[in-house]
Amino acid sequence: MEAVIIGVGLHPFGRFPGKSAMDMGADAVRLALADAGVRWPQIQGGFIGSLEVANPDAIVGRLGPTGIPLRGVFNGCATAGTAISMAANAIENGEHDLAIAIGMDKHPRGAFAADPSVAGLPDWYGQTGMFLTTHFFGMKINRYMHDHGITERTLARVAAKNFRNASGNEKAWRRKPLSEEEILASPVLNYPLRQFMYCGPDEGAAAVVLCRADQAHKYTSNKPVRVRASVLRSRRLGAFEVQSPAMPAGEHAPSPTVDASRAAYEAAGIGPEDVGIAQLQDTDAGSEVIHMAENGLCKDGEQERLIAEGATEPGGRLPVNTDGGLIGNGEPIGASGLRQIHEVVHQLRGTAGSRQVPGAPRVGYTHLYGAPGVSAVTILST
Amino acid sequence: MTKTKPVAEELFTWPSDEPRLIGSQCAECGLVAFPAADQCARCGGTEAERRLLSDRGTLWTFTTQGFRPPSPPYDGNDTADTFRPYTVGYIELPEEVLVEARLTEPDPEALSIGQPMRMVVVPYSVTEDGTEVLTFAFAPAGATEEA
Repeated sequence: MEAVIIGVGLHPFGRFPGKSAMDMGADAVRLALADAGVRWPQIQGGFIGSLEVANPDAIVGRLGPTGIPLRGVFNGCATAGTAISMAANAIENGEHDLAIAIGMDKHPRGAFAADPSVAGLPDWYGQTGMFLTTHFFGMKINRYMHDHGITERTLARVAAKNFRNASGNEKAWRRKPLSEEEILASPVLNYPLRQFMYCGPDEGAAAVVLCRADQAHKYTSNKPVRVRASVLRSRRLGAFEVQSPAMPAGEHAPSPTVDASRAAYEAAGIGPEDVGIAQLQDTDAGSEVIHMAENGLCKDGEQERLIAEGATEPGGRLPVNTDGGLIGNGEPIGASGLRQIHEVVHQLRGTAGSRQVPGAPRVGYTHLYGAPGVSAVTILST
Repeated sequence: MTKTKPVAEELFTWPSDEPRLIGSQCAECGLVAFPAADQCARCGGTEAERRLLSDRGTLWTFTTQGFRPPSPPYDGNDTADTFRPYTVGYIELPEEVLVEARLTEPDPEALSIGQPMRMVVVPYSVTEDGTEVLTFAFAPAGATEEA
């Protein structure tokens, strides 16, 4: 039996001094339950992800200890992809009729700092100043611009779009629009990427309630949103990936994004030409550009023209990151992908308010990518 | 004379007039790995031979580090105020691997994809007793001075 999404809940992303990640998570769950017309004791099982909270399943203390299996999941920036995928699978295979996916995080300010051993890397890699994920993003877009003729102006256009989209989103973090000139005047952090082309780690939570497609009407009059595919893939030998001291010469493999995307399209029976709205991992403006092609939504190099023409603007042919994306919302790792789902569900229902895109999109696409080379793609439809 | 020590053993040959990175090669399928690995990432074989990597290659991509990295794990003896931006990149060693390394040229405008590079050993930190800590880096092949 196919799984459908009947409720979404989002705690704002940003900085919330004095409020714990778990309290934000509980708020997001309550919003999702209310949206779905469901009470917590009806939930039969779920999946919850967080980087900073060691025991995320302790959230049942806030919501009600009902004895259900609430399983902790983690796959870096793709954590929420795992949570939604496992929840949908649990419904499809008959384990649950009503399930929930939850994500929450509360990161300290500044770049993620960790010991390289947590990623299976040698100490010298961190000691000598190479264990920074941001290096990868700078290096990947630098090479991509060289190979495919993408300009710095395009990076600024993407960042400006996402800040502009965030300015119309009351739950976004960075709501001040920034001009392309302001973005191009900000300091270079990792050449060619500048400060205002990056997302930052922050705080927030999101939750999604799913049920069997044939039971959705029992709970809510919301238009159910079908989970057509939800796929996770990890890096292959030869792919250029984050946190890699080396990779083989003359043996190239595509990013796990390409693998996850192809598998998701195939499982859904949907092609990239059918996608009406997309949420793509924009850790930085370059990532959004690259991920357009890696997800099959354009060819390598076409982004230069498409973005200049406004194709990815809210009124364009393929709106991307209509809620501001990671650049506008920041990245609480456990919650980030469920924020993407929240936005796409509202867009597909036609309830996105001032952010509603024209043309009543019927297929929505969400994509995550992160360390240590892992990607999750979820395809939704009406 | 200043005391020196490499940041890690078995990372590059040292002391040496012509230092080389220490990698490994799978005895079964021939895949080259860096740093040296016990198990082959391609065929799963568990027999590998030590292989010194080429000290010449070309720059495949690069970026800059504009602020002092979180410390730990970074252990440069600089501070946020004395930190000097540096560059990192991948150098393609033909028929072997692309290796990620610090570059001796700090100005990204002076670097270009495809340019020839050579391996050097450079100090990147100084311990409390004055010992310079050495790591590997790559320099533009035409450069005569090390950073």
